Amino acid sequence: MNTAFHTLLRALREPASMAGLDAAAWDGLLRHARACGLLSRLAADVRSAGVFDGLPEIVRHHMRAAEIVAERQHRAVRWEVHKLRQALAPLACPIVLLKGAAYVMAGLSPARGRILGDIDLLLPRDRLDQAETLLRFAGWFGAGHDAYDQRYYREWMHELPPVTHFRRGSTLDLHHNILPLTARCKPQAERLWTGVRRLDAELHRLGDADLVIHAATHLYHEGEWGYGLRNLADIDALLREFGARDEFWTSLTARAAELDLARPLAYALRHAAALLATPMPVPALAWAQRTIGLRAGFMDGLFRRGFATAHIEFDDAWSGLARFALYVRSHWLKMPPHRLLPHLARKALRRQPEEST
Amino acid sequence: MNLRIADLTRAELAQRLARGLDLATGPFRFRITSAEARVAEGLHGLYADFPVTEEAAPLRDFHVRVERVPGLRRWLRPQIRFMHDAHAPFKPLPAEHALASLEWGMNWCIASYAHHLLSLHAAVLEKNGRAVLLPGEPGAGKSTLTAALALSGWRLLSDEIALVRLEDGLLLPLARPVNLKNASIDIIRARFPEAVYGPLSRDTHKGAVIHLRPPGDAVARMAEPALPAWVVFPRWQAGAPARFKPRPRAGTFVYAAENSFNYSVLGETGFAALRGLIDRSECLDFSYGDLDHALAAFEGLVT
Repeated sequence: MNTAFHTLLRALREPASMAGLDAAAWDGLLRHARACGLLSRLAADVRSAGVFDGLPEIVRHHMRAAEIVAERQHRAVRWEVHKLRQALAPLACPIVLLKGAAYVMAGLSPARGRILGDIDLLLPRDRLDQAETLLRFAGWFGAGHDAYDQRYYREWMHELPPVTHFRRGSTLDLHHNILPLTARCKPQAERLWTGVRRLDAELHRLGDADLVIHAATHLYHEGEWGYGLRNLADIDALLREFGARDEFWTSLTARAAELDLARPLAYALRHAAALLATPMPVPALAWAQRTIGLRAGFMDGLFRRGFATAHIEFDDAWSGLARFALYVRSHWLKMPPHRLLPHLARKALRRQPEEST
Repeated sequence: MNLRIADLTRAELAQRLARGLDLATGPFRFRITSAEARVAEGLHGLYADFPVTEEAAPLRDFHVRVERVPGLRRWLRPQIRFMHDAHAPFKPLPAEHALASLEWGMNWCIASYAHHLLSLHAAVLEKNGRAVLLPGEPGAGKSTLTAALALSGWRLLSDEIALVRLEDGLLLPLARPVNLKNASIDIIRARFPEAVYGPLSRDTHKGAVIHLRPPGDAVARMAEPALPAWVVFPRWQAGAPARFKPRPRAGTFVYAAENSFNYSVLGETGFAALRGLIDRSECLDFSYGDLDHALAAFEGLVT
């Protein structure tokens, strides 16, 4: 695997090591970190480590620029959440923020230097239609989804087609669960609701263990691994924040089993420990090993390649295959074969006209 | 004596480009890779005075490529695409537009990533230590005026992107070629036949396009910032006399903010930087019908 990827892992594990990088190492690191969506996170790390001022000028400029973009995204998410709260007030039901928006609004450690995109919300399934209507009144519309897309989302997925604000351009994903209804793992949404934590009158986030499990589920069902390492870094930060309490780890593994999501969590624990040196108790790692069992060797190899595929110019001979295998695996986990094959065929056929324009 | 691009033969430049050429423009270091003959030819002509940097320890702002789009179509109607790092920000273009695509792509990189600076859509020129910003809608005669001033004793800082340093509000040069479009091509070529021009690209999405080589002095001084003094909105009108007219500051601020590439990204910092720029500049509207009269009027600004 490529040097820039290893430099990036080391930078995430030991931020102070960045002070000793030469120009050639920085050249690769800047490019790789940006492709993974981790440049602003590295900027936060070098500042905490107190080594920012000694870095080469180009590095300081690009890190400052990445920080400015992330700061802007954080401001925008706060504002969008404020507008959302107004728009969804008539629902009179709890709204659960997921992923980036939850980290920012709850002040959790993965928010540090994190880039943000769409805002993800979890709502009770029977409130989604009403929520969609309310959001439409507030200016968030769906776009470009034909009848097939609508059916794909509404019957099989765990979310509605994304809606985008007509003026501000912000995009929302409305979820009623954290995995598609057709997926092999079947977490029950009602169980997630039992653990939610209140942030204020309307807003909530998932419980501590569920935050980690959701991040892991999302990562290990992902077909595009460009931001894979960023997502693993989120998990690492959450585990460091909650993991100081011993009882957290037993509740974490028990909860994963309860939600039928033990496998993704087991992969996340193994890879966080191996790539990012996340501190964790021996029994937790042993649990992860048992949960994955004999598959561990092959799958670890595939995922570790997956984490390194963010930047095609740094590919090695196996990167293309790893990327393809992860894409296929993602769909395989999310849909049974009799749905998956027609779906992929449809996507492949429909892609043609777009490319020839 | 530093090696310049003009010191290389076109074949040598093409060889370097195929491997990757380091090109510094103002504060930015680009690594440009391309096997396209049109790119080598264009750079050889337009970037003749730029230094060729050969560093043992390479660290660049942007890695860019102009490459052929693979596929059957390459035999029928070859296309090129501009790549920044691992992704293509634009759709492929016909291979004839390889050079224009590189120029736009480099601008795109700066506008999309250089958020340690405030960037505005405007030309910048300097004389006697004081700089003029020329914003202006397409068709207002901004490029014509920029090229004419750059060839008449004003130092060219930039044709498309004004860069404001956040720490001190000074304007940073890029010293890149001036992009002339449609009618302005013939006007400038007729008025300045001795200047060096790149190849003509017809039928781009901006119409016919040609690039003007930046004067040697502009390139030699591309590390030297300039103090903003005027913001001038040019407007060409047939038969109009060359005349400056004061323009409200608040409206100028709003226009500049709307025509900035990253004002909204920078938030409060962007507001402070733009306010500093407008505060220290005289804001003027400028109408003109004749290029020589316009040059004389600008001469009047500095004397």
